Amino acid sequence: MSMSFISYLINGLSLGSVYAIIALGYTMVYGIAKMLNFAHGDVIMIGAYTALIAISQTGLSPVIGVLIAVVVCTVLGVVIEGVAYRPLRNASSSLAVLITAIGVSYLLQNIALLIFGPNAQTFPSVIKWDGVSLAGGKLNISGETIVTIGACILIMIVLMTFVQKSKQGQAMRAVSEDRGAAQLMGINVNGTIALTFAIGSALAAIAGVLLCSAYPTLTPYTGAMPGIKAFVAAVFGGIGSIPGAFIGGLLLGVIEILGRAYISSQMADAIVFAVLIVVLLVKPTGLLGKKIQEKV
Amino acid sequence: MAKTKKKISRQTRSNIITYGIVILACIIVQTMINSGSISSLMEGLMVPLCIYAILAVSLNLVVGILGELSLGHAGFMCVGAFASAFFSKCMRGEMESDGLRFFLALLIGVAAAALFGLLIGIPVLRLKGDYLAIVTLAFGEIIKNLVNVLYIGKDSGGFHISTQDVMELDADGTMIISGPQGITGTPRDATFLIGIILVLITLFIVINLTNSRSGRAIMSIRDNRIAAESIGINVTKYKLMAFTVSAALAGSAGVLYAHNLSTLTATTNNFGYNQSIMILVFVVLGGIGNIRGSMIAAVILTLLPELLRGLSDYRMLIYAIVLIVMMLFNWAPKAIEWREKYLSFGRKKKEAVK
Amino acid sequence: MAALLDVKNLGISFGGLRAVNGFDISIEQGELYGLIGPNGAGKTTVFNLLTGVYKPDTGKIILDGKDITGRKTIDISKAGIARTFQNIRLFKQLSVLDNVKVGLHNHHKYSAIEGVLRLPRYFKVEKEMNERAMELLKVFELEKHAETLASNLPYGEQRKLEIARALATDPKLLLLDEPAAGMNPNETGSLMEMIQFVREKFHMTILLIEHDMKLVSGICEKLTVLNFGEVLAQGKTAEVLNDPQVITAYLGE
Repeated sequence: MSMSFISYLINGLSLGSVYAIIALGYTMVYGIAKMLNFAHGDVIMIGAYTALIAISQTGLSPVIGVLIAVVVCTVLGVVIEGVAYRPLRNASSSLAVLITAIGVSYLLQNIALLIFGPNAQTFPSVIKWDGVSLAGGKLNISGETIVTIGACILIMIVLMTFVQKSKQGQAMRAVSEDRGAAQLMGINVNGTIALTFAIGSALAAIAGVLLCSAYPTLTPYTGAMPGIKAFVAAVFGGIGSIPGAFIGGLLLGVIEILGRAYISSQMADAIVFAVLIVVLLVKPTGLLGKKIQEKV
Repeated sequence: MAKTKKKISRQTRSNIITYGIVILACIIVQTMINSGSISSLMEGLMVPLCIYAILAVSLNLVVGILGELSLGHAGFMCVGAFASAFFSKCMRGEMESDGLRFFLALLIGVAAAALFGLLIGIPVLRLKGDYLAIVTLAFGEIIKNLVNVLYIGKDSGGFHISTQDVMELDADGTMIISGPQGITGTPRDATFLIGIILVLITLFIVINLTNSRSGRAIMSIRDNRIAAESIGINVTKYKLMAFTVSAALAGSAGVLYAHNLSTLTATTNNFGYNQSIMILVFVVLGGIGNIRGSMIAAVILTLLPELLRGLSDYRMLIYAIVLIVMMLFNWAPKAIEWREKYLSFGRKKKEAVK
Repeated sequence: MAALLDVKNLGISFGGLRAVNGFDISIEQGELYGLIGPNGAGKTTVFNLLTGVYKPDTGKIILDGKDITGRKTIDISKAGIARTFQNIRLFKQLSVLDNVKVGLHNHHKYSAIEGVLRLPRYFKVEKEMNERAMELLKVFELEKHAETLASNLPYGEQRKLEIARALATDPKLLLLDEPAAGMNPNETGSLMEMIQFVREKFHMTILLIEHDMKLVSGICEKLTVLNFGEVLAQGKTAEVLNDPQVITAYLGE
């Protein structure tokens, strides 16, 4: 195996880790609120801009900057859910909330466009670590890469533990299984769904910072494409499944980077989308998803 | 039978209003153009208006009548645009009649888009809801991506196709499609009158299809797929029919688009999912399932930012707000309750097609 | 005479649960047959098996001499089984008339192109469809609601419309899934009369699910009692109702 291949593989895992963190947000929201939050990718972008302002313009330390971004996105996520999605939860058409989510996505992009302008801004490096050099300097792994992969694994473990062990986690699983029954059992369904959005959006902020650390240009459209790809990753792994989002994200990152390197850089997005189509047509429930049958 | 007759006449009246609006608009604009009382900026907007009206009406066939969300509509427009522009560029100067050339280009564009609609529809329409939306989005993006790596040249040895920008053509050879540079030198055959005729044809097809045996089958699938199957409706067939017709009509909008500009490239803004979503905004604003409404919404939302120049920076922002507010107002159970309570002119006698 | 519907050893499992097991039924042409049993006994699952919504694991379904086991819903509809649903499934955004016209879909045909271009056949067939649909609506006293949206009909009328729509497919066998669910005793009474009437007017064979035993005993000549997915008793109504097993399991002590 050549060094360049290993290097691509590591880059793929790094990008895949970012996808995985975003996909975790998608998969939790989809699993619990049963909706595709199209605006999730744009929350990433808002998180990145917040961190950018905090770090570059106010001169705060990167850690505080990231924390502020997390807080802003968490609040944003809860507000979006409460204002735009909650009123449509019992709408007669499931298209209604999807179209509204598309509207929210556009709203966030265009607000950012008005505030920050269309020009790309350079994102400061928040990770001041050169990384490690292996194989006598032939293989360099950057600090960003190591932190990104590490953060992704950590987040996944924390999230799994939270959902399995904590009381709120149990409530989430209950709402995901049967919203009506959960309500009858005294679970606060609205609160649980809001908490899910809060967690998903907090993760989006972290993903935004990590994404922009690796690819340091930020525009109002930065979040859209990674958002859609992360949804692809969530579907790939099996929507609703936390380990599924993790595996799907990593695989998709690797596929994208290898496709870019060995097939065609212009076709990288097309390859990712082709993966989605193949997965949905061959195994619509994804790698780790479960089958749901409509009741008659 | 008196009731049935009344129904037919109501439908006919509604159709006459719809076609009447288009013809009236056409006469007004044409008179203004002839008397020179229209700015060149506005005149340049007339063909795009027709394009958007066709796109909105055709997307409504999928979203409103079939009840599925397609986010790849711009992809079918892209196919129609490139297929027809390819033909027109090849045939430029080789046919005596420009009109006949455009007519053939139109047929080719529509057929190509319909073929893509059919090929994509066969696997995709097994999915529904969110998954269908995201897969159509994926297909739209793939089409746009593929066009950007497509290089086709022509010389005495015939056509040469490649995905790289290296092509050894004879001295007399020309490039027809050059990847991201697209197609240059397409004849600008599209006129406002052709646009209006295509709008009328689109309306005719969508309205008549909806109010026929096939249209009822499509709407029955929208309202209750399981019940539709139980009375012997071929769900796959009618889903495909709606999807393919919609794609073909989007293709005709693409043909107009390609022949309204001399340079055709596939970018995020014209054939990407942004465009698909803009068409969706027209459909939502005009009323999901309301054919006339989506046409009017397309015209208003295209004209408004141009008329109020100061607004053009806020154009997309306005679209976003319109989308969210319209959805909440029309679909939130609480909003529906409120409307029925305070607005006596609620949508009690709503028809599927107006 | 061979039975119109002949089902042998029908069964299906969901996960580990045996929802229906060894189900047999034989219905003669023109019979009004009741399928009863407590909630969760598997009655609706039997309907879903008969109409191809689920594929059976075991058994055979013969309709009018034709094996329809494991066929798709649409083919079974064409073979001649129509049904209604426990939770009404109308085409809510279509008019009452159009709901019935969708039911006529496979009997009155013209192509999509004839429809779009409004060729003569369109007008001829649409006229036939309107007449036939209005006839059916009249049977159910729904003709005055022809232009109403199905979702705006009162509940009881919605149930009737569902039966009218099923009859529009011109079935050999009509399956009714708890047609009286949610109706008051008055409505139920008139519905039962209507079912009798439909049976005579259309010479229809009907299989009816009901969990209110009193109700079916009045109109059905034969009954099958289902309990925990298995046939508990089967035969003439009077005999079944006097079966001590049925009395214990179903009517309770």
